[in-house]
Amino acid sequence: MNIKSIIEDLGARIIHLEEPEREVVGGYCGDFLSNVISKAPADSVWFTVMNNQNVAAVQTLADISLTVLCEGVEPDETLRAKVVDKGLNMIVTDLPVYEAVKAIK
Amino acid sequence: MTALHLEFDVAGNNFVSAGSASDEVKKTLKMLGVGAQFVRKVAIAMYEGEINMVIHAGGGKAIVDIYPDRIVIVLEDKGPGIPDIELAMKDGYSTAPEAIRNLGFGAGMGLPNMKKYTDSFKIDSVVGEGTTVTMTVNFAA
Repeated sequence: MNIKSIIEDLGARIIHLEEPEREVVGGYCGDFLSNVISKAPADSVWFTVMNNQNVAAVQTLADISLTVLCEGVEPDETLRAKVVDKGLNMIVTDLPVYEAVKAIK
Repeated sequence: MTALHLEFDVAGNNFVSAGSASDEVKKTLKMLGVGAQFVRKVAIAMYEGEINMVIHAGGGKAIVDIYPDRIVIVLEDKGPGIPDIELAMKDGYSTAPEAIRNLGFGAGMGLPNMKKYTDSFKIDSVVGEGTTVTMTVNFAA
């Protein structure tokens, strides 16, 4: 499983993509950032509906491969800028979190 | 090797820069070739500490010393202090206001995470004067 295959599985919109071939190992779902930073494995995919700039800080510090914003949640301007600045991988899907995880092959 | 000494000012109530000190330390440790599992522990513990100063203390200072076998992180603030440290350390206990919770904080896991991911962890706090947190992460299994 890599970032590109997840994008295809979800038919997701790309917010920023720096490493399409990056491997993804495991995943985590959640919106409380202290849970995410502590429990999301390195190189994992993170499903969330949180869309502020702190998402980028957590993704960076926890070495998360890909963040999937669910329920069609769009990143706000500061998050968008940070994702580009830090070279993170982020996509948006209209699916709710549970459905999004199920759609990953 | 002598210790590498780093100092950061952490701005209060500023979520644009929140996490930048932790990010710098993480990058430095990676550059020094410190093992990924130790870098991760430091990144988690320091980010939680940084966020606590941003949310609760109006900012503060992070003083970091990196030795060949360990990192010592001191977080100093002149915030309101913690009246009951034992209570504050409980999983799920939070005094973060609603607006902060809406940003994804306030799970009440900040201090527990800091303790969990460090090899030594100490809080000195005086109500009305401030809080100093001292954490060490050893770079050995």
